[in-house]
Amino acid sequence: MQKKRDALPDRGAVLGCLAAFAVLAMLGGVLNPYLISLLTIVFLFTFIGQSWSIMLGLGGQLSIGHALFVGIGAYSVAVLNIRYGLSPWFGLVVGMALAATIGATLAWLSFRFEVRGIYFALLTIAAAEFSRVVFSGWEFVGGMQGLFFPAQSGPNSFWMLRGDARFYYFVSLAAVLLGVSATALIRLSFLGYVWRAMRDDEDASRALGVRTFLHKILVVSFSGAWAAIGGGLLALVQGSVFPDSIMGMGISVDILVGPIVGGLGTAFGPLIGTLITLPLDHLASAIGNKFGIPGLNNVGYGLALIAAVWLLPDGIWPAIVNSAKSITRLSWFGNLQMEQVKK
Amino acid sequence: MTDLLELDGVSRRFGGLLAVDNVSFRLKGEGITALVGPNGAGKTTCFNLIAGALPPTQGSIRFGGEIISGFPAEDICRLGIGRTFQVVRPMRDMTVLENVMIGAFSWTRKVSEARDAAREALDMVGLGPKAEAGISRLTLPDRKMLETAKALSTRPRLLLLDEVMAGLRPPEAAAVVAVLRRLAERGLSILLVEHVMRIVMEAAEHVIVLHHGAKIAEGTPRYIVSHPEVVAGYLGEAFRA
Repeated sequence: MQKKRDALPDRGAVLGCLAAFAVLAMLGGVLNPYLISLLTIVFLFTFIGQSWSIMLGLGGQLSIGHALFVGIGAYSVAVLNIRYGLSPWFGLVVGMALAATIGATLAWLSFRFEVRGIYFALLTIAAAEFSRVVFSGWEFVGGMQGLFFPAQSGPNSFWMLRGDARFYYFVSLAAVLLGVSATALIRLSFLGYVWRAMRDDEDASRALGVRTFLHKILVVSFSGAWAAIGGGLLALVQGSVFPDSIMGMGISVDILVGPIVGGLGTAFGPLIGTLITLPLDHLASAIGNKFGIPGLNNVGYGLALIAAVWLLPDGIWPAIVNSAKSITRLSWFGNLQMEQVKK
Repeated sequence: MTDLLELDGVSRRFGGLLAVDNVSFRLKGEGITALVGPNGAGKTTCFNLIAGALPPTQGSIRFGGEIISGFPAEDICRLGIGRTFQVVRPMRDMTVLENVMIGAFSWTRKVSEARDAAREALDMVGLGPKAEAGISRLTLPDRKMLETAKALSTRPRLLLLDEVMAGLRPPEAAAVVAVLRRLAERGLSILLVEHVMRIVMEAAEHVIVLHHGAKIAEGTPRYIVSHPEVVAGYLGEAFRA
């Protein structure tokens, strides 16, 4: 009994998760086009944020250049689809493989020469910026002019991953569900334990037999491949890829806000955090435009981050879980007293 | 039969300081051996050399007949040497049980198997009832035993314990000695770094004395306390105090 309870996520948590996704799926049928497209972007950034959150929240490796992997995924889908007419599914697989390889190489080079922590983070920025510059000058992938997907015509096609806004809403919602499940499963597997140990104390975990060098490469590579899927989907949703927008620093920064606010390394943190911060960002920039104060959205982002770090340093999701736990404990205690009264 | 652990002319230099100076000794497959000496004698450095946290500058270390000097810490752990740290290093975010499971993941990838092994290791050191607790709830003696349980869960043949009894009150230390005896009876070889000579006399069958990085004596506890050089360099002050 005990074993079952620790080995599987709580039944209540699984049901709650499915209920939340059912609600989001139903919303997909009724919301207006603006909210559909806003939530689609929220979901894609959640999905990419989940990959970043696994790498830092579990593996302890900070990346501020995740746009590198996002861009690799986006360009793989775009080039194979636009130039060769191949299904984006191929592009996603190729993008994953490329991003995994690039991530592994970057991590290997870095950790081989003891470049760690904040220096590794700087290296990820350099790698992302380097590839952005390379892609900007590379004619084959469209250079600065970018690449455009042909306009959508005809029915939604799952095979070609082409469809209307609602189609992409459901595709990206499915991606988030996949990301939540993958995060939860990793946390429960030996990788989750070993990665957390490595994050907390690298030398102590090595003394316990953890091959930290391999695991650091693995987590970067895995996170890169995951982010590349998100990048591929993002390219399809936007209908175009440009080096500055898909590989720029902006992407690298945008994806990390949600997970930090929501709760690093947790299954739901990135979703909750992105659901709050990204619409806030849109709202703030709408208000800013109205009153002629450009940049208000960045102030909003900054304030949200400061508030989150100040009030809920572990993120929103862990705070929710903890208060839920104390409520159940209280109600359990209440029942106990009731029973005693009955007797 | 080859010895379990064999140090041959091992030295470690930090810049101008020779922390471990040409140390040689052998450990048999079982029993408790103590590595003693005053502060700065090179005991912990010696440990770090065996456990692979540092490579030796000179000399060779063999485990079960195979050279292990220069291997990374994780490989040495996987070969069967478990270690604790002098300053306890629990993973704060995890429960007691989860902390111990990490060691078990050196030989299994199955979470349920690791959990069973971790419970077993916790029972062995008497921490079983606190398995589900968070680290912050543990007392200092508990933390020391947690370190030992973590090392045990890697299923070592040789256990290196770095001052697991430092800072403990005498009854607590006696309880730890009883645990170590039980482990030794199960066929584990234990090498402990210890400061307090009284504990060493009680626990160890064999004592190695380091002074200024060099081995100055080796033998039974009874022999060591009568050794003139040891009395002059180390015990003298301690016993007078």
